[in-house]
Parts: sequence; structure tokens; C-alpha cells
Amino acid sequence: MRSTLAQKLVAQAAGRDHVEPGEIVTCRVDLAMFHDSSGPRRLQPMLAELGAPIWDKRKVVLVIDHYVPEADDESRRIVRIARDWAAEQRLPHVYDSQGICHVVLPQRGHVRPGMFCVGGDSHSPTGGAFGAYMFGIGATEMLGVVVTGEIWLQVPHTIFMDWRGRLADGVSAKDMMLAMIGRHGMNGGEYQAVEFCGAAVTALSMQERMTLANMSAELGAQVGLIAPDETTRVWLAEHGAPDVEVERWQGDDGAAGVRHSFDASALAPQVALPHSPANVRAVTELETTRIDVAYIGACTGAKLDDLRAAARVLAGARIAPGVQLLIAPASVQDAADAEREGVLGQLMAAGATLLPSACGACAGYGSAIADGATVISSTARNFKGRMGSATAQVYLGSPYTVAASALRGVISDAREVLA
Amino acid sequence: MRVWRLPADIDTDQLAPGGTMKFGLDVTARHCLEGVRPEFAREVRRGDAIVAGAHFGIGSSREQAAAVLVQLGVAVVIAPSFGGLYFRNAFNVGLLLLTCPQADRIADGDAIRFDARAGTITRVNANGSDADVLACDPIPGFLLDMVDAGGLLPQLKVRLKQRLEKSS
Repeated sequence: MRSTLAQKLVAQAAGRDHVEPGEIVTCRVDLAMFHDSSGPRRLQPMLAELGAPIWDKRKVVLVIDHYVPEADDESRRIVRIARDWAAEQRLPHVYDSQGICHVVLPQRGHVRPGMFCVGGDSHSPTGGAFGAYMFGIGATEMLGVVVTGEIWLQVPHTIFMDWRGRLADGVSAKDMMLAMIGRHGMNGGEYQAVEFCGAAVTALSMQERMTLANMSAELGAQVGLIAPDETTRVWLAEHGAPDVEVERWQGDDGAAGVRHSFDASALAPQVALPHSPANVRAVTELETTRIDVAYIGACTGAKLDDLRAAARVLAGARIAPGVQLLIAPASVQDAADAEREGVLGQLMAAGATLLPSACGACAGYGSAIADGATVISSTARNFKGRMGSATAQVYLGSPYTVAASALRGVISDAREVLA
Repeated sequence: MRVWRLPADIDTDQLAPGGTMKFGLDVTARHCLEGVRPEFAREVRRGDAIVAGAHFGIGSSREQAAAVLVQLGVAVVIAPSFGGLYFRNAFNVGLLLLTCPQADRIADGDAIRFDARAGTITRVNANGSDADVLACDPIPGFLLDMVDAGGLLPQLKVRLKQRLEKSS
């Protein structure tokens, strides 16, 4: 019986040889990740109420990334709960103020092909970039996982997003993702398994693949998978996860699924207009749009490769007068690497303001975005009020697009700058 | 029960605004849906129903977006489709969702009643007679049991107690 990658991953976790789309199975969880907002402050009182211990502390990872650095008393209280609980529970895997969970988790070698993982955050499908079945759940469901080590799942069918061709310089995974969401909508993934494939996907770097998997959330998929290959193996070996299995975690040729085709060669940079990631146009079709703030941040859009892209656009130049360019690297590791490479220096010389490596303004936790501001952002969501101001107009684009827009003061096509 | 009609694409930030999350569920509940129906949090009554357009609850994993509606007394949310994560969260916190392809036929202020296990919604005329019956997608029995129990937490309590009794 032929299986897709998603079916193989679920079958493994369910202890079965084969699973069929639609059936409901119970899966053993290999890894449960949560952060200071969804994790301890919600789990601790419920665990106390249950009087139950954590099923396996080695399989739990806590990342403190949402309310740090602590801006006020409420944030301090929430972060203290997380720190105290982690100490009391003697959790072996805690990353405090090291960056955003979805980026820190693989960077510290916790995600491997073939794993079945849950995360207390909607961008948890990021783990799918490594060939792991990883999806987001809420705090109460996380409680269930944390005390039982298990979770129910309706086996998804697979939607293949097949990208042929080759991306032009200045066009990136973020543009691919916005194009897919623009075409299929925020429920296009139908809470099923999306598998990104084709030559243009295979050609992506590991962190670019993470951008695709990450925004599977905005596509409405439960998971967004990319079959692991040599790129995956090499990257993981460099990040504390050597000797991963790659050959075993491939879908069978001819396994059933819906297939959508895209041409990477013809793709222009994409921009999502306020107030939905599905409100997408090619940057070339946009009217002149002046911006106040250019934001490069979040798990979606401020990894090392994203910072490199922005620096290529801004190297040796200055951002437009009156524009604020804010950069919050996705992790401390990425910030350090960017500094060592000179990438951060180029961005600072161009006039960028460096913010802490945390979720920050992406989710309205910081106060970086002023009322009424027009923002171009490399983040994943532009719902009304998402970035903290209900009157802000937030446009989404790739790090290339954000950098080019900062340079010119209007939403711009990075291909013109790079040419 | 009274119907609150909402448009399509109601996201989790509208149900539970990010800026209110650090203050706890009571505060978040006061700001629930303030961007689309400013009077909602103030005027909703225990036992009311929400009927929305497609993709209700898309966005974040924050289950407060479902828990606020339980807190405000909403008995059921009816929509043609839901965000997948929201669907799981709702049942986990004891909020019933009914997926009804014909939800658009229900108007603001309509009176309805429903039978979750039968998968039907009945619109009721002003004189108390039945107007029509709309079919809903079936829901796995274990999820309906979860809502009846008040969510996953009360169910876990029972399961853990049974496990202890078995082992002792």
C-alpha cells in the first residue's frame, strides 16, 4: 500500500504499518514544545489540579520567548512563573531569552526526520521543514500530552504543492508562501497535510524551507512537510542532530493526494495587503504605498538567511529619511552569526534599529508599532490589531521586499535594487 | 437561543486580542470581538449562539479564543468551516462547534435550537413553530463526550483517578 510522507509519519507514531486518511488514531508524542505564554502559566495550575507528573521530561522543551525582555509587571510575573516552574520541575531542556521557539528548537538539535511533535504555538508546523510531523495545539490539549504522552489525530490526506522552475534573485520562500495563500486562501490547507515539493523547493536552503513550513499555519494546514534530503542531513549535523534517517522518510511514488502546480521562474515578489495574509498581490501590481516602519522579525522572517537577504539589498546604502527599520533577529544564534558575517553591521550602517531576539512586535507583545503607522513586515500575520495597534496598516512581504521598501520609503521590488 | 451573526474569517486575534492576553481571561473576555461587534461582550447572554461565516477561529493556537466564549456563556458556534486548531481547542475547553454548510441561512437575531448528536439545527418561527431543519457534519462521539464533560481537564481527572484505582 502506497503512503505519503504524512501517512508514514503518523503510522510510525500510532504504532501501525499503515494508516488511511480519515481514520482516528492515537499517537505517541516524541517531543512537546511550549513557551512562556502558552506553557507554564497555563499548565502549572492544571497540573497541580490534576496532581499528575510530566510523562517524560526528556521529551519536553520550554522556550521563553514571548514576554521577554519583560516590559512590565504582568510580563515579569508570567516569565517568573515559567522560570520558577522550570527549576522546580528540573526540566532538562529550557531556552530562556535565546530566541523564538520555532527557530531555537531545530538549532539546538531537537527536531529530526521521522519524529512526531506537538508545540504550544500555531507556527509549530515549522518542524515539518525537517520531515517531522509537528503541529500546534492549545494549552489544555498540551496538558493532555504532558500527562499522557499521547494525542488523538484524524489521519490527514495530503495536498502536494509542487513548485517547478527556479526562483529569480530577490524572490524567496516567503513569496512562494504568500502566492500559495493568495491562491488557496487561509483555509486552503483544510487542516490536512501539505507537502511542499518540486525542484524549486529542493533548491531552498534549510532556513528558507523553514519559512515555507512555518506559514503552513496561514495556509490552514495541520502540518507543512518537506521530505528530508542531503540539505536537511547536513544542516542538522551542524546543529547537534547528527546521523538522521533521510531515506526512510520519503513518500511513496504514486501515493494518493491532491496536487497543485506552481512555476517558481514566473514568480514576482508577493505582498499581503491589510488585514489578511490571503489578501495578496504581486509587488508590481501595487499602487505607490508609503511606509513608516519596515519590520524584519519573527520566526517567519528574521532567521540568518532572512537577515542576509536584507543585507544584500541594503549593503552600502541608507534607508529613506523618516522610515524606521526595526530588526529583531529570530534567535541569539542567528544574531551572533549575522554579526560575525558582517551582515548585522551592514544593516546597522544602513540605519536599522536592533531589537531583542524575541517574538516582540509580531504578536503585539512589544510596543514598537505606533497607531496609524503603515508597516511592511517580514512576519506571518497582518490581522487587524495583530501588531498591537488596531489603526496600523500592516503589509507582509519577504525580507528582500521589506529591505527594498525601507531603502526607498515606498513598498518596492527588491529585484530592481539587486539588478 | 438568540443568534449573534458574524462575518467570515473571524480570527483568533479578534476573539482574544493579543494585547489583553497577559491580564487573564476576564479581561480578554471584555474585549472579545470588539473589532466586529463592539456591543457583543457586554450584551451576550448565557445560552446565546454565534453563527459565523467560513473559517471561524483561524490564526493562533491560543485557546483563550475559545475559552472566552465559554466564559461569556456562548452555548454553540455554528459555521460552514472552522480553523483546524480552533476546532480542537474548542472541544478541549468545552465549547461546542457545529459545522453547518447552510449556516448562511441563519440570520442575526433568529431563534434556533440544536441537537448535536443528531447533527441538526432547527430554525424557530416567532410563533414557536419550526421553520426548517439544517444538517450539520457529524462529530466523533468522543468529542461530544468531551464537551458534555466540560472539556479535556475534567476528563483527564477521571482517567487519572481510574488509573490510580487500578494500580492500587
